Amino acid sequence: MTDTPPPVVIEPPSRPTRTAAPRKRRLVKYLLRAVAVGYVAVLVAMPLVVVVWRTIDQGASTFWDAISAPDAVHAYQVTAEVAGLAVLINTVFGVGVALLLARYRFPGRSLLNVLIDVPISISPIIVGLALVLVFGWTTGWFGSELQNAGIEVIFSTPGMVLATAFVCLPLVVREVLPVLEEEGIEQDQAARSLGANALQRLVRITLPTIKWALAYGVVLSIARALGEFGAVRVVSGDVTGQTQTLTLVVDQRAEQFEPGAYQLSMVLIAVSAICIVVISLIRPRGER
Amino acid sequence: MTSESVPTPVGTRSARATSSDRARLGAWSGTGLGVAVLWLSLLVLLPLAAVIAKGTGDGWSGFWDAVNNHAALTAIRLTVLSALAVAAINAVLGTLIAWVLVRDDFWGKRVVEAVIDIPFALPTIVAGLVLLTLYGQQSSIGVHWYATNQGVLVALLFVTLPFVVRTVQPVLLALDREAEEAAASLGAEPLTTFRRIILPALAPAIASGTALAFGRAMGEYGSVLLISGGLPRTSVASQYVFTQIENDEYVSAAAVSTVLLLISVVVLAVLGEVQRRAARRG
Repeated sequence: MTDTPPPVVIEPPSRPTRTAAPRKRRLVKYLLRAVAVGYVAVLVAMPLVVVVWRTIDQGASTFWDAISAPDAVHAYQVTAEVAGLAVLINTVFGVGVALLLARYRFPGRSLLNVLIDVPISISPIIVGLALVLVFGWTTGWFGSELQNAGIEVIFSTPGMVLATAFVCLPLVVREVLPVLEEEGIEQDQAARSLGANALQRLVRITLPTIKWALAYGVVLSIARALGEFGAVRVVSGDVTGQTQTLTLVVDQRAEQFEPGAYQLSMVLIAVSAICIVVISLIRPRGER
Repeated sequence: MTSESVPTPVGTRSARATSSDRARLGAWSGTGLGVAVLWLSLLVLLPLAAVIAKGTGDGWSGFWDAVNNHAALTAIRLTVLSALAVAAINAVLGTLIAWVLVRDDFWGKRVVEAVIDIPFALPTIVAGLVLLTLYGQQSSIGVHWYATNQGVLVALLFVTLPFVVRTVQPVLLALDREAEEAAASLGAEPLTTFRRIILPALAPAIASGTALAFGRAMGEYGSVLLISGGLPRTSVASQYVFTQIENDEYVSAAAVSTVLLLISVVVLAVLGEVQRRAARRG
């Protein structure tokens, strides 16, 4: 693109300059291609290759020891529990809200539509802080009530589930809603007028319509939930062997120069890779 | 319940629900709405209100004292400048990558497609570790960006890579090529065609992708944590807020958070306006 433009050729459009223009155009094409591929390779692919290489380099027994250490095994359980609950809650909430937005009119409908997206642009640390300021025993608005009732939210599993649910909030709604809007409500109205009840309509009409979009949203939520770090770090208290998720263990090992950060990262990279493959398999069918 | 009472004609292709088609709330849907709004309030609205209340609870002077110190201002400045740089780089390179992925064809294109999605799926702390390996103290390629602004910038570019690419790509795919061909046959230079015909059509998508990337960069934490080294000089605002939370300085944490929320709202509003104007013109 830095070439000086060729002198203006005044010729009828039917006879373009066959010599200079195509060569220049090809040059530009190769240049753009090189910039795009080079940027992606240097920014993302190269670092990943280096990490994979370093992990392999340290051998299989190191790998096994790192991923089967007690703190890692405990982290698998905590992560599965927190991510599982958060994704479950979000799936129900996501489908419900998508149905409400697509099929019903009510005051505040467009406000609800906007509010769903709020979590996208909020720092995970602010998410954590926000939850601490409402649910923390000594710090929160509901702190003393929760403490009297003996319900521990912050520094415990419920808080971690809330934090994870917060950051994943829009993912299911944003996949399901466009499909529902595209499909319209004729089938649903027809079924209703033929006497189908709400559950029958949900199972027979709505779910088959949205299943690929829903699957896509759920996979996105799982990837996001497993990888959540900042918000969970704030609300969990990051206690080794108690409230540490996988990402928190990776961070501890990396910051304290303990061995095994790379190996545990490989587990997370493998899960992300599976999610990407699943997403790319779902996408063509779910394409809108 | 007679079958003749089906109200809408079935088979019309433009089946998009319009507001007139939408039903009034019944017992079930009304309850559902109530539960959804309650959940949203408890999870999102009330906690965010608590942050702003805490940050501004001591009045304007308390708020100002919490924000107006060297460490907080350094962190906010680094965050805003980095996020703006990241947004600008993404707007250009993201559009370029989307262009190459849609209009060019070459061996390995599918691999590039898959690699673009990696920053979305990869946990941020793992992304941070990955970047530390390549650009940290024990860099394999001799680039030492540990505890530098370049390190922070690279981490932010890594996590925001997909935003512009993935918003521009579908628009570019759906773009009608007749106008381009007409312009070319009338003798327009490729660059002129791009500037006058393609860019206006892509502008709304570029603006919304850039807005997403900016918002993400403003709040990013995990990927920056390791490579910034946690020094005051290279800490982003999220790191500063985290340190304040750890030290039980909740007013200070909430005040800086409020500033971040405010900046995000303003910039996103501006970009939203840009997007609307571009859409109206195009």
